[in-house]
Amino acid sequence: MNKRDFLKGAILFFPAGGLLALARDGARAAAPGPAREAEKAAAPEAPKPSGKRYNPADHYYGMGIEVEKCIGCSRCVEACKAENDVPAEPYFFRTWIERYTVRADGEVAVQSPNQRTRHVETTDDRDVIRTFFVPKLCNHCAQPPCVQVCPVGATFSTEDGVVLVDGERCIGCRYCIQACPYGARYLDPRTRTAGKCTFCYHRVVRGLKPACVEVCPTEARVFGDLRSKASRLVRFRRMNKLNVLKPALNTEPKVYYAQLDGEVR
Amino acid sequence: MTTEMAASLAEHLEQITGFIYPNEVEIHWSILIVVYPYVTGLVAGAFILASLVKVFNVRAVQPTYRLALLTALAFLLIAPLPLNLHLGRPERAFEIFLTPNPTSAMAMFGFVYAWYLMGVLLLEIWFEYRHDLILLGRSTRGPLRWLYRALALFSNDVSPAALAFDKKAIRVITIIGIPSAFLLHGYVGFIFGSVKANPWWSSVLMPIVFLMSAIVSGIALVLLLYMVLTALRRRPIDMPCIDTISSYLFYAVIVDFSLEGLDFIHRLYESEESVGILGKLITLKLSMSLLVLQILLGMLIPLGMLVVAKSRHFNDDMRKLLYFTSAILIQIGIFATRWNVVIGGQLFSKSFRGLMTYKMELTGIEGLGVALVLLVAPFVILGVLIRLLPLERAETSSPSTERVPAPVVTG
Amino acid sequence: MRMPEQVQRLAIVIGVIAAVVLVGRFVLMPPTLVARELHRSSTEQREAAKPVKFAGSSACQDCHDNVVEKKAKGYHKGLACEGCHGPAVKHTEDPSAVTPAAPRDRKFCPVCHAYDAARPTGFPQINPTAHNPLTPCIGCHDAHDPVPPRTPKACAACHAQIERTKAISTHALLACTTCHTVPEAHKKSPRTVRPSKPQTREFCGTCHAKDAGAKEAAAKGTTATDAAAKRAKTARQAPRVDLSTHGETFQCWQCHYPHLPEGRS
Repeated sequence: MNKRDFLKGAILFFPAGGLLALARDGARAAAPGPAREAEKAAAPEAPKPSGKRYNPADHYYGMGIEVEKCIGCSRCVEACKAENDVPAEPYFFRTWIERYTVRADGEVAVQSPNQRTRHVETTDDRDVIRTFFVPKLCNHCAQPPCVQVCPVGATFSTEDGVVLVDGERCIGCRYCIQACPYGARYLDPRTRTAGKCTFCYHRVVRGLKPACVEVCPTEARVFGDLRSKASRLVRFRRMNKLNVLKPALNTEPKVYYAQLDGEVR
Repeated sequence: MTTEMAASLAEHLEQITGFIYPNEVEIHWSILIVVYPYVTGLVAGAFILASLVKVFNVRAVQPTYRLALLTALAFLLIAPLPLNLHLGRPERAFEIFLTPNPTSAMAMFGFVYAWYLMGVLLLEIWFEYRHDLILLGRSTRGPLRWLYRALALFSNDVSPAALAFDKKAIRVITIIGIPSAFLLHGYVGFIFGSVKANPWWSSVLMPIVFLMSAIVSGIALVLLLYMVLTALRRRPIDMPCIDTISSYLFYAVIVDFSLEGLDFIHRLYESEESVGILGKLITLKLSMSLLVLQILLGMLIPLGMLVVAKSRHFNDDMRKLLYFTSAILIQIGIFATRWNVVIGGQLFSKSFRGLMTYKMELTGIEGLGVALVLLVAPFVILGVLIRLLPLERAETSSPSTERVPAPVVTG
Repeated sequence: MRMPEQVQRLAIVIGVIAAVVLVGRFVLMPPTLVARELHRSSTEQREAAKPVKFAGSSACQDCHDNVVEKKAKGYHKGLACEGCHGPAVKHTEDPSAVTPAAPRDRKFCPVCHAYDAARPTGFPQINPTAHNPLTPCIGCHDAHDPVPPRTPKACAACHAQIERTKAISTHALLACTTCHTVPEAHKKSPRTVRPSKPQTREFCGTCHAKDAGAKEAAAKGTTATDAAAKRAKTARQAPRVDLSTHGETFQCWQCHYPHLPEGRS
């Protein structure tokens, strides 16, 4: 966190950036009432079932994935597409499944059953030494490279740890798609703006689980709040040896994998 | 989603080898994003050639000074177009000025561009042409007269003191302009070099390689334009001038080649996780555009031609032919360089397990047609600029007009 | 020093441009266009306001308490209703007008239960083409309490991967029960009641020891050792080792994988 703030400060020190930031703050200070009122009013209002107002500062979301439980049924993929109105064509995914087959000679074959390629892997079972499914989704990185590069600041991390895209500001430059190491973003062909997993933000603020977690038949996905001691995710993090995807890139993902094989990238 | 887009993506899906993340089927940065760094590179290169005259006092290249400035301007005016056209929502492009993200390299584009256009190039051209504009405003009739006078901002002072001030101003602007040109193109390299998710791009050398290749392409373009324009106007080509320019071209190509070689060897030697897929990328996808077009045709052959032209005592015509051919080959090579960076970087999956294919559209907003229009447009603009603004100085004291005594060309 | 004439003119032009830009940016520009915080909070609000399509498991309980209760006792207790029945928020709003889908044909259950090597061992899998073809799954299985109509005859129903491995090994002709004692209750609660596993070198020695089968052959005819004798007959071709010298103190399965001894057949 400190490093991030330092970097932010360093970049703001750049003349252009710095002046702009100053100018922006000045503009906000000078801006008359309505804007600030609007800012206040804009806090998410969806009430939790208990009736308490949702306060993003009380939460910090993440997800745990128990690789050995995944049966590769793709219920999560279909539920995600239905819940979030993701284009049905097999080129746009907020979550997807990968199937890994490691052969005795070290050769690794990966497929995504959701991709529907014509080419189907026909490895003889005899040669296979390990094979498993891995669910993938946006990692909601604590240091998201996509947020770093967005030229207009249309994608951002919320206080409760979700990376969102402002569909009304996104200019469709696709720099974020290039910057995401996990291939988790796509350009929505209908709006021509970037689309990605939101952890089902609309469900989460209502106290529901994300759609993929909801429908997973084997409970391979664990969603939870890292700020709550009672959350299943905290227990998951205590009970398992964890790994994240591409840790060397220092994106600090908040999707944690248990029993993750080294071949998974 | 339109049916042709679905058909195109289905076709891309068929071409995949190995495994790619399912969202990676679509190639996002198209030929337009190849045109963009190519065009900006020409701007930066042409400007740096122009500044050789003013800052480093290389008198020999004086005949190309104005041409280089106008070339830079013509290409700079087109530079933002490919970027804008490729946006998913072009009508929102202005947001880059309203809410620029301070951590985004791309957010700085608007500001770097505006600074370079207004703060450097237009200012330098104005000071360079002020005297001519005043004289033209006096000698022409009709609406053009008013255009010239407006362009001169109705300035009327042609006293030696004022002209001396112009000269001084140009020198100061050029000194500011060189780092600005470096910034302009270095930052284009940074846009790619700073993407840590993409091992083909992510390299600290990227901005420097971009800058050197920009200088190479800009110098070669001005050399080409100078030779073509002088021939068109039936003037003798100033041999010392093109000899000097081609020498600079030669040095720039050598530095560029060494840097790219260093980058390549460094990747190969460090041999990180991605080396396997990058090897496949080069051999399976980029063998034509990288090995043949960029390295052989765009670098080694022109380098050889320039060596031959320098070492043997050929006559003028033979040297002209060698310079001309190598400059054309270099243009092809640098365009291939941009292609290999931009498209090449999107042809392998970030899972490092598979390769994609880019099928260029012919028509359509991100197609070859638009790209060609964008590549031709700067030459049209340059034609207009040259008709309005003479390539030779109006006064007789300049050394260039001593060599090529000619009346002012006007529209 | 007097300012040169051209600089004065230039200064006017630059001044005008700067003034236009500054006035445009800081006076004319509505603050809603440039206020980043506002954009973010309105994005959060917009995301939070998106309609929910999966009602969540608790929503079904109110009306379908009998089904939910039944399901809670069976193997499908971890499954969300909407995993099979699809998003049902519309149904909760107007139960009579919208009825959720109930997949009844043979295509649906194999989404999870068709054999796939990458699925975790122990997950019940069948071969859809061989498993009672043309009969709908629900003819024999109640999806809300999927107990097999008969307890599985063969272990392969769940341990398909081991079965397939063993089928191509030299142990292909051995029944699972040759080495494992399987309590009947294992078929009902597979994770709590576990089959036995061989514990000693001598167990493998009953077939692979130098003198294996001699005792049984001698005792032929006495009913108590019939099974052992039969085993000895099968093992006649088995490779023999001297247990006292072979492999020192290691257990057999530390070097040999009993389901695929010595690699390929």
